[in-house]
Amino acid sequence: MSAQQPRSLPEHEHAELDPRLAPPFPQAALRVLRNPQLRKNVAHAIDVIETKRGKLVAEKTDWQALREAASAIRNQALEHLDSYLEEFEKNCTAAGGTVHWAADADEARGLILDLLRQENAREVIKIKTMTSVEIQLNPFLERSGVEVYETDLAEIILQLGDEEPSHIVVPALHINRSQVREIFARRMGLEHLSDDPKELTNAARAYLRSKFLAIPTAISGANFLIAETGGVVVVESEGNGRMCLTLPQTMITIVGIEKVLPRFQDLEVMLQLLARSATGERMNPYTSLWTGVTPGDGPQRFHVVLLDNGRSSILKKPVERQTLKCIRCAACMNACPVYRQTGGHAYGSVYPGPIGAILTPQLMKMEFAQSLPYASSLCGACYEVCPVKINIPEVLLELRSQVVDQERKKTSRIFDPMYLGLRIANLLFAQAWCFHLAQRMGRIGLRLFTRKDGWIHSLPSVGGKWTQTRDLRGFPQQTFHEWWAERVKETK
Amino acid sequence: MQASLFITCYNDTLFPETGKAVARLLERLGVKLDFSCRQTCCGQMHANTGFRGEAFSQAKRFVRLYQDTETVVVPSSSCVAMIREQYQGLFEELGSDSLREDFAALLPRVFELSEFLVDRLGVDDVGSYFPHRVAYHASCHGVRALHLGDRPFRLLGKVRGLELVQIPNADRCCGFGGTFSVKNAEVSSAMLAAKLQDVVSARAEVCTALDNSCLMHMGGAMHRQFVGMRTMHLAEILACTETSPEVQS
Repeated sequence: MSAQQPRSLPEHEHAELDPRLAPPFPQAALRVLRNPQLRKNVAHAIDVIETKRGKLVAEKTDWQALREAASAIRNQALEHLDSYLEEFEKNCTAAGGTVHWAADADEARGLILDLLRQENAREVIKIKTMTSVEIQLNPFLERSGVEVYETDLAEIILQLGDEEPSHIVVPALHINRSQVREIFARRMGLEHLSDDPKELTNAARAYLRSKFLAIPTAISGANFLIAETGGVVVVESEGNGRMCLTLPQTMITIVGIEKVLPRFQDLEVMLQLLARSATGERMNPYTSLWTGVTPGDGPQRFHVVLLDNGRSSILKKPVERQTLKCIRCAACMNACPVYRQTGGHAYGSVYPGPIGAILTPQLMKMEFAQSLPYASSLCGACYEVCPVKINIPEVLLELRSQVVDQERKKTSRIFDPMYLGLRIANLLFAQAWCFHLAQRMGRIGLRLFTRKDGWIHSLPSVGGKWTQTRDLRGFPQQTFHEWWAERVKETK
Repeated sequence: MQASLFITCYNDTLFPETGKAVARLLERLGVKLDFSCRQTCCGQMHANTGFRGEAFSQAKRFVRLYQDTETVVVPSSSCVAMIREQYQGLFEELGSDSLREDFAALLPRVFELSEFLVDRLGVDDVGSYFPHRVAYHASCHGVRALHLGDRPFRLLGKVRGLELVQIPNADRCCGFGGTFSVKNAEVSSAMLAAKLQDVVSARAEVCTALDNSCLMHMGGAMHRQFVGMRTMHLAEILACTETSPEVQS
């Protein structure tokens, strides 16, 4: 059995997840909302993880203390990020690794390609890394003549199925078993494959073994960097990551600069929280931790590419900085009632869900993805589950105010119903008599739209967005303050 | 005890029955009420949409209007959440020292209705009678910002004749989210549809909450879909007694 060669890739392979090219959230969401199979897959997968997570969090009597500790550790790391990164570089280098610094995606891609060329690598195997999707590494490497093979089961499904990740922990969560069967059967040439999970896993295993044994160069991400030791940590569920970390001769790890932890001991807190929050497990099945190079054991050449790509500008801002505490567990997206309906693709970014709604626009320096801070009902479920206590609603509000400050200066916004309406509302709320006059005018105006049953079934303009699925009770004959004034008069 | 009502802009305009019920209920419990017709809005809509300057001027107006009152009672959990969670940040950025001080002194005296009943008055049996099957929707701001906990259930549990039924996934957002409901109307509607499925499965006659904004959202869909269920603010249920039962408008 052999896989078909991946096709040559167009310029914008990941256009759907490129915040510069993706349509605004409400528009992108509409496409998903019209796909009942995808929504069913997403809701089902989330329910499975959420149920497991709920049980395992409930059994930890010190869960809130753990969250506090994790939050403090991450805050400390960010507070002195420069010195921890230098400490990591020093220790990693001393252990035989090579540390590279990349200011942006372009530089990171170039660095990685240069390293691969030094190795004469025409093929590379990869451990799941969302950071590499952030910098759109795969399409770049393919265009540069390097064949890329994902080894994480979900990533294989996406790569072979020509799909985009929709979740940061379970990237193929929007695809169900029978769809996986179809992709494998088609791309691996296995006509008689059934959708039995065991059979599907076996097909993937056979496909992967040939790659593991033949390709001596690997790319990974990292969950954590340890400043104190220069160590790198990858946690995963399948063991395919472990294969990539042990069999190849050369390992290149791409990692965001914010992923550093001060001490080895910090893992005690982080690993407890991460596994429970991410997959609903007490301990993730494979935790790989390596420091530089060990002669005769594992990769003999080891490179770490430290990626900034907008992160240091987030670090400077007091409210937004907490975004960088994220350990990518995805608990926020699993808890989010918006993500539950839209899945990940609607966010037009490799980072979907609540964390994506705050991270993506910031990584884009607030020039793109400005609809994302509004892709939330501010219900607060994300903050409640976040293991490192990122107050996502607070950051959403901060970003919304930045969007408004930018947008309201534009002439195109002068007659935008939302901007105009809110400006007028502010004038009305400033004086009670204005507000009361507006109430009276509204009562008269809405009479036109109020049916005999006392309800409004259809409204024009922005109001039509409401009445597309909900009725609105007509204005009552008397406001509360009118009733109160009347009552006061009567008692006198 | 003396209490000032902050009835909120949308309750004043769209849900006067809630305000009247709060007045009836609290006066029945011996609370002396006052109400200033000068009140308008807490600023939540502007703050949550990103209009910080506007939100600040409304927040300031609220503080100035209530700073000399003994206690403020608000029958809207999201407006109380706005005051508790966002005023301080707005005042730090845009306010004066005197405003910050006046706000700090006022804040502990601002109560959401169920907090006022259970914590301040120390009652959970308010002498109500409401012989219906009722489901309680735990509004996001009540659950996660105010941490109302079992307060609404304690109050509902003591209402004579009332049969309380559970809504599955009770603390999941209904999709209202203020301007979210029109800015992201389709997603909001999808969330509402999911919520309604859960609410309807509880087979109650009345769905209640401590926030009319969620109830307006769910009630609007119930009416559209001819679901045999109506929405009522918790205050309206608590205001009902054997001698003065529900007045249906």
